[in-house]
Amino acid sequence: MNRLWKSTLAVLAATTLVALTGCSSTPDSAKPVEDRTAATTGATTTGTDASTNGVGSTGPAVATVTAGTPAGAGNSALRDPRSPLSRREIFYDYDSFIVKDEYKPLLEAHAAYLKTNRNARIKVEGNTDERGSREYNLALGQKRSESVKRVLTLLGVNDSQIDTVSLGEEKPRNPASNEAAYAENRRCDLVYAGE
Amino acid sequence: MKKTVPSVLRLALAVSAFGFSALSTSTHAQLTIDIVGVGAQQIPVAVAAFAGNDALAQQVSSVIEADLARSGLIKTINAAGLPRSGELAAVQFSELKARGADATVIGAVQSGDGGMMNISFRLIDVPKQTQLTGLNFNVAARDSRATAHRIADIIYEQLTGEKGVFSTRLAYVSKSPGRFQLIVADSDGFNAVPALNSSEPIISPAWSPDGGRLAYVSFEGRKPSVYVQNIGSGARTLLVRAAGNQSAPAWSPDGSRIVYASSQAGGTQLFIVNADGSGSRRLTSSGAIDTAPNWAPDGRIYFMSDRGGSPQIYRTSPEGGNAERVTFEGSENANPRVAADGKSMVFVKREGSRYMLAVQDFASRQVQVLTQGPVDESPSFAPNGKLIVYASVYNGKGILAAVSADGRVKQRLGAMNADVREPAWGPLPK
Repeated sequence: MNRLWKSTLAVLAATTLVALTGCSSTPDSAKPVEDRTAATTGATTTGTDASTNGVGSTGPAVATVTAGTPAGAGNSALRDPRSPLSRREIFYDYDSFIVKDEYKPLLEAHAAYLKTNRNARIKVEGNTDERGSREYNLALGQKRSESVKRVLTLLGVNDSQIDTVSLGEEKPRNPASNEAAYAENRRCDLVYAGE
Repeated sequence: MKKTVPSVLRLALAVSAFGFSALSTSTHAQLTIDIVGVGAQQIPVAVAAFAGNDALAQQVSSVIEADLARSGLIKTINAAGLPRSGELAAVQFSELKARGADATVIGAVQSGDGGMMNISFRLIDVPKQTQLTGLNFNVAARDSRATAHRIADIIYEQLTGEKGVFSTRLAYVSKSPGRFQLIVADSDGFNAVPALNSSEPIISPAWSPDGGRLAYVSFEGRKPSVYVQNIGSGARTLLVRAAGNQSAPAWSPDGSRIVYASSQAGGTQLFIVNADGSGSRRLTSSGAIDTAPNWAPDGRIYFMSDRGGSPQIYRTSPEGGNAERVTFEGSENANPRVAADGKSMVFVKREGSRYMLAVQDFASRQVQVLTQGPVDESPSFAPNGKLIVYASVYNGKGILAAVSADGRVKQRLGAMNADVREPAWGPLPK
């Protein structure tokens, strides 16, 4: 995208919440903005004319997308490192979506917070290690996030307070290819809206 | 808006197996091709440098030679020192026999007015000393590589009886720190142009049967969603606006519909939608993971599911109904892709901690393992069914590789500065 377009976007993003066909957008360089629609925050798309590159008129045209970065004040209780609410990770065994018993206290604390704060919303992001099909891992990450949602709803959290999403193996926290990295990447993250 | 072609990957090709020199080098990421195995039955062909007084003539014959070498069915013979002439009279048959060539390719390139050029070639049977075929092309100079690929297709079909795939295109994903690119390139890796730049992951590209559009999964909306992009115009649309994840798109053989995986109803199940995004409906209702569908030429949909306890391959009708299990061996079988003739499928087979490609013949149910892994994934058939491109890891980097459908010939394709993955082989040009 050219400079004019980029700076126009940056100004729009910094001053208002931009909604482009249901998605808001912030370029990488933009300052964080309050984002009240975190679950649907997306990206802009720009298409260009076909650019021929030595293969006659068959050269593809390029599109560019820049995903937004979430930002927000959040609730201080959620960020207090002494609070169990600061713990946001649930780890899994290989090819498993079973929430282990050791995460019960963590999920009970979040359930209590969500029941006290019925306006609070949480997103459960499921991740997998890199082994196996990318498409299958996307589905496995979804099962992991839904397993956490199930525990939270059984603990009394409203269904509407919980979003599930899978990132599969595509956004590994540890990009290495060893067992330690795999264990770190088989994980659900709890993300509160506004964080 | 200005035209934007960010950091176009200029790709170069090197065929190393028989000591050919690299065709060109460049400063950006290069996709190089190494042939690491050879077939048993190969036709020996000498491709002489084409006549003509500029570098283009040399380039045209080099592209033809490299295409034929990559095919696996043809062994290119050292052509150094053979006369550069497009005329049958100049062919040195005794020398070609001494070098072991059964056929030779000669040709000439002449620059014309207004950026046009004339490219001619002859394919000659060495033992019979006769011309098998010969053609003359008047083309724009910028189409010299495309013309060389067309000539290689003609030669390949004449010699083997099979359609050549040198004029096809590959789509793949390139990953460098903080950056994902969906790239479309010629079948030899040249003319690589990004179709999409994103800071978020891109996976599962799938060509429409007419080669005009790519469906793929982008994470730009902070969740996986399926987009369809017109390759010519760059225009792209979100295929389905629905809750949850949408992933793993696959086109129907006529291009009118797309089957995809979605968590919109919980779990991950298959749905079918018209290619314009209308009329989405649920296809499978297993309660298990159903994903990675592939729409076979006979109209059936192959997919992977863990409904039986482990991930295995099943097939079903696009109208729904019972799914039939297709794979029975092994702890995990994934990502089926059915060949264009409908007689076999390639898939990813897990053995222990290794993921390798295997082909299953539907009639005999025989499974042949094609690669050794340990991390081979995302196979995609060439439209002639003779080669399979896939993602692999070599020296710790993501590379593309290709294997002949009989497993005999293997090639590695890799970019210098990026991990490359998720290849999809485009259809034959119309």
